Amino acid sequence: MAAPMLRWGCRGRRWAFARVDGGSCHRRGAPTGSTSNQIRGESSVAQQPLHTAQKTRKGEHKWAAVVGLEIHAQISSNSKLFSGSQVRFSAPPNSLVSFFDASLPGTLPVLNRRCVEAAVMTGLALNCHINKKSLFDRKHYFYADLPAGYQITQQRLPIAVNGSLIYGVCAGKKQSQVIPKTVRIKQIQLEQDSGKSLHDNLRSQTLIDLNRAGVGLLEVVLEPDMSCGEEAATAVRELQLILQALGTSQANMAEGQLRVDANISVHHPGEPLGVRTEVKNLNSIRFLAKAIDYEIQRQINELENGGEILNETRSFHHKLGCTMSMRDKEGKQDYRFMPEPNLPPLVLYDATSLPAGADPQQVINIDQIRETLPELPSVTREKLVQQYGMLLEHSFTLLVFEELWKREGKTPGQIVSEKQLELMQDQGALEQLCHSVMEAHPQVVMDVKNRNPRAINKLIGLVRKATQSRADPVMIKEILEKKLSL
Amino acid sequence: MLGRSLREVSAALKQGQITPTELCQKCLSLIKKTKFLNAYITVSEEVALKQAEESEKRYKNGQSLGDLDGIPIAVKDNFSTSGIETTCASNMLKGYIPPYNATVVQKLLDQGALLMGKTNLDEFAMGSGSTDGVFGPVKNPWSYSKQYREKRKQNPHSENEDSDWLITGGSSGGSAAAVSAFTCYAALGSDTGGSTRNPAAHCGLVGFKPSYGLVSRHGLIPLVNSMDVPGILTRCVDDAAIVLGALAGPDPRDSTTVHEPINKPFMLPSLADVSKLCIGIPKFQFCILTFCYKEYLVPELSSEVQSLWSKAADLFESEGAKVIEVSLPHTSYSIVCYHVLCTSEVASNMARFDGLQYGHRCDIDVSTEAMYAATRREGFNDVVRGRILSGNFFLLKENYENYFVKAQKVRRLIANDFVNAFNSGVDVLLTPTTLSEAVPYLEFIKEDNRTRSAQDDIFTQAVNMAGLPAVSIPVALSNQGLPIGLQFIGRAFCDQQLLTVAKWFEKQVQFPVIQLQELMDDCSAVLENEKLASVSLKQ
Repeated sequence: MAAPMLRWGCRGRRWAFARVDGGSCHRRGAPTGSTSNQIRGESSVAQQPLHTAQKTRKGEHKWAAVVGLEIHAQISSNSKLFSGSQVRFSAPPNSLVSFFDASLPGTLPVLNRRCVEAAVMTGLALNCHINKKSLFDRKHYFYADLPAGYQITQQRLPIAVNGSLIYGVCAGKKQSQVIPKTVRIKQIQLEQDSGKSLHDNLRSQTLIDLNRAGVGLLEVVLEPDMSCGEEAATAVRELQLILQALGTSQANMAEGQLRVDANISVHHPGEPLGVRTEVKNLNSIRFLAKAIDYEIQRQINELENGGEILNETRSFHHKLGCTMSMRDKEGKQDYRFMPEPNLPPLVLYDATSLPAGADPQQVINIDQIRETLPELPSVTREKLVQQYGMLLEHSFTLLVFEELWKREGKTPGQIVSEKQLELMQDQGALEQLCHSVMEAHPQVVMDVKNRNPRAINKLIGLVRKATQSRADPVMIKEILEKKLSL
Repeated sequence: MLGRSLREVSAALKQGQITPTELCQKCLSLIKKTKFLNAYITVSEEVALKQAEESEKRYKNGQSLGDLDGIPIAVKDNFSTSGIETTCASNMLKGYIPPYNATVVQKLLDQGALLMGKTNLDEFAMGSGSTDGVFGPVKNPWSYSKQYREKRKQNPHSENEDSDWLITGGSSGGSAAAVSAFTCYAALGSDTGGSTRNPAAHCGLVGFKPSYGLVSRHGLIPLVNSMDVPGILTRCVDDAAIVLGALAGPDPRDSTTVHEPINKPFMLPSLADVSKLCIGIPKFQFCILTFCYKEYLVPELSSEVQSLWSKAADLFESEGAKVIEVSLPHTSYSIVCYHVLCTSEVASNMARFDGLQYGHRCDIDVSTEAMYAATRREGFNDVVRGRILSGNFFLLKENYENYFVKAQKVRRLIANDFVNAFNSGVDVLLTPTTLSEAVPYLEFIKEDNRTRSAQDDIFTQAVNMAGLPAVSIPVALSNQGLPIGLQFIGRAFCDQQLLTVAKWFEKQVQFPVIQLQELMDDCSAVLENEKLASVSLKQ
């Protein structure tokens, strides 16, 4: 499947759609054959487009996959969750470390108001119930980049619960139909980030950078309502857009501001859920989709070959394109949760419960935050559809309008042509582009003609690049195929 | 001069009878003379002299910072002191020099106090004798007092004097010994289960535990965060109030401090009349003793303490106060409950000592895990390791509900017992502080740390569960010539009322000053203020 995610390199909002076939995307019956070499065999499975596995052999059960996500979003704030140290990406190692962050004995956590507001804002945007009282807990484990030996989190009573996230998956023949899907949000909790360990295997030593230690995180727990990598990826992309619209997180996966762990299991519909695995180390949306699909396929293969799924943590290796068991954690961790005694319960107010004469600096008013919520991406899209009668999937066009709101005083037509934002539909111009790309890459053309029909994708990519992604790939493919007389 | 109270010496400084530097030097020389008490882990001589010099300048310019300007104080070695080693009497923190001051230390320095040094304790404040620290046990100055020596001479069975010294109690024993031996005018202790009040009782001092949340814990290396409070050890109630006045108040660095405005400074009125007071006498001792009898073997309330307690109650009654018996039915579970909560928090709090960032690190570098294990084995003593192990056991997923959650519920019941008592009209509760007077070291170490802590915290511990203010006041000398203290417990944040009552009581009992002339033969200054006061509660 590996549908290309549409990416637009502008700083502002982005729009995301995943392309899937209609219906749920993980139904398959036929095993794809045994895998002799674990890694290689498995990785070849992963590359296989999943929807081709839908052809069911007679008498075989169908499989359904269940995917839940734990997403850690770094809160965009000037200082850390419990200390006054600055938050900044790529600062010199250990230059943003307060006494508290280094866990010097006797230091105490002091909650950052901005982080709480960010959590409330995100909770509201995700239709959550905001708990007027939430609690902090310590989660214990020994790790070199966790200086206190515990992480302060919200295990018992998180700040927001029972929300939902609506995202749209493109479906239908031309991927032109947008099907809204809902994933329930179990909870949003505030917690500390850890530091970073840099393993120097040559000198067999580990270096610790505590700049990130104590940065505020929003852990968003998505219920297992998704059924494939694409759905998960689209849900994450939608969440990313929401966080960015709110300004509560920059949510840049490459900088680690958005980190995703996926819980994955497969089962036969109507039967109890299967044993799940947790896949970590998913640092881009593309890899997220890939890893989940790979893992689903691996589990199906495993079960169909009479194996069993272990409840384990697996890591995704992007180079190999497969997940592998992380064997460093032998046995189950017991985190020995305990209430954080140095932080009183976090109490939030709304218009009705706000005590009279309360110092606005000392209290957080949920209603007040609700009023300041910016327009969410879904609302913006709906507006576009309703006001301008446009098709939702026309993301190029959407971006035009985004620009329009930002810069008033020009007609849409002016801006579109100024910024070359329109969809490139001129058949002649496209044919010319295709021609020149083919001329420039004779080797690829030979490849396609001789033995590798897949190489056409490379040409499509090059043409798209030349059009600044303004052309419809289907159209390009048609032109290329004609020219290559395939 | 050294024998005076903080208030008196403060007046002397203001009147120019003595300069801060002279005072500082006197204390330093006494610290050297009493080195064998092992009260101090670190003597910060240079720092103190420099502070004295600055204080002297202020006095000369008429810019005194207040009652504490130029006053020598000592600080328990579990409070962070910027630039001065802070060890918690543990190998784990030997050589650790904090880069910041605990809020309470900073506040004292801001008031012009002179920091004489860091005082000895049980490792990480886990103990009740000040015997279990890596720097060795603290000796009780009363072991060398005229009062105690004379009684011992009368006893033909008394053994070798030198090996017969007494413990100070603990865990703030170093602070208690430092104040008791006149090496400073006030000292900071910490109090989690009685660690300030217990040594105060054994050393004939006032030991005050403020309400939880009144005084900042920032910089206090924690034992049990939800019960720890900085404690104050002084020679009289007024002195404790002066120090409290300097320390109390919200701290943005400690989210558990309360923001309610408090009366400052803590000036204690002299109560002329106690007829409007209601003193509660808890019945709880019998439950505790029955319980402990089963659990910990015969910790008996000494008949002397029992009798002083009754006499104190009678004193209030005879002066017109209402004295009623109150029931605190759940306090008998306080010690077991404390065991679970304390060890759990200890397990958590001690997790940061892994040898990576500060403190001790072992030589083993096979793996990070092996390094952690060896570092912690070498760094912590048996008591600390034992508590970490039990605490981790109680916090295991399978045990959490059965131990930790239950203990928290019991804690709530204990706290409610006090609320009910105070709601019934009681102003302050009166109890013993300890079961008996201080015992000789050799006898003390016959029992292990856990048993001792359980026995010694019996009367003091429940107060920490409830976060209430409490103060131990020295009442009289036992038949052996050793101090006995009684404890007053007040309503939460009614610290001033509590101290006012304690001050009235202190005035009635006229506890005798320790006579250390044999110990410090040429320190006649110590004795200038001595008065063998009439002991109204004499046995």
